[in-house]
Amino acid sequence: MKAGIVVFPGINRERDMAIALETSSGVKPRMIWHKETDLSGLDLVVLPGGFSYGDYLRCGAMAARSPVMGAIRAHAERGGFILGVCNGFQILTEAGLLPGALLRNASLRFLSMDCHLRVERSDTVFTARYQKQRTFRAVMAHGDGNYFADTAALDRLEGEGLVAFRYASETGDVTPVTNRNGSARSIAGIYSPNLRVLGMMPHPEDLVDPLMGCADGKPLFDALVGAA
Amino acid sequence: MKAIVTVMLKNGVLDPQGKAIGHALGTLGFTGVGMVRAGKIIELELAQTDPVKAKAEAEDMARKLLANTVIESFQVSIDG
Repeated sequence: MKAGIVVFPGINRERDMAIALETSSGVKPRMIWHKETDLSGLDLVVLPGGFSYGDYLRCGAMAARSPVMGAIRAHAERGGFILGVCNGFQILTEAGLLPGALLRNASLRFLSMDCHLRVERSDTVFTARYQKQRTFRAVMAHGDGNYFADTAALDRLEGEGLVAFRYASETGDVTPVTNRNGSARSIAGIYSPNLRVLGMMPHPEDLVDPLMGCADGKPLFDALVGAA
Repeated sequence: MKAIVTVMLKNGVLDPQGKAIGHALGTLGFTGVGMVRAGKIIELELAQTDPVKAKAEAEDMARKLLANTVIESFQVSIDG
């Protein structure tokens, strides 16, 4: 799988994302500057975390309207894979590639801590190396991760099986206590209808090597790079 | 011509910032404050001199960028 990572001004997680992808694939991903408009040849486009454009106006609002987004939209339309993490997830919702929006955390606090994500389905290109309903560890590092969508949109996401991950305890219980940022229905990540676009708030790329504390995020990248 | 765009979170969208402001007002001894909502105001200097056209332009800008209509509503007023 040929992967590229989009670099917007103010993004700061692109190197860790590159390490995660290279650890799984053995190939350095292409770094894509936000002014580029040719993504031909890529199977996977990753929008990493950070603070694109200083979070001005709304998180991800400026990045979602930058020159590269037309090519990313075309990539999505031809069935290409897209992974958006943290600010990348915010950008995907701002661009309308995924439904809903990410609001300020309900506690108003920036959350910097580990969490456990429950895998809602394991038959996607992103989660094939995880087990359904089991959890894996990931890292939260966001001030605006409170997933919001109206009731009809939430029902549609759940009805069509498009919820990827929920904030849970290590054993998989989803409770108000595990939902630290106040997300609607504890949603931590969602898919597009064709299951090829995934947006998620916590960082799987932060835990891909035992030296980082654990490698719970690695199966996601292993599955992804093994898919095509 | 100046256009003033007021962007507010839609009713029903949790506004923790407004809640925190309301709480702080209570701490300062202000009583009788009900719900508090926080939004933002964006002022635009427009070359357009026709107020009707200026308003339409600013509304288009609000829909495309200034507001995220999934969570926010907006109002445009034209100021001379």
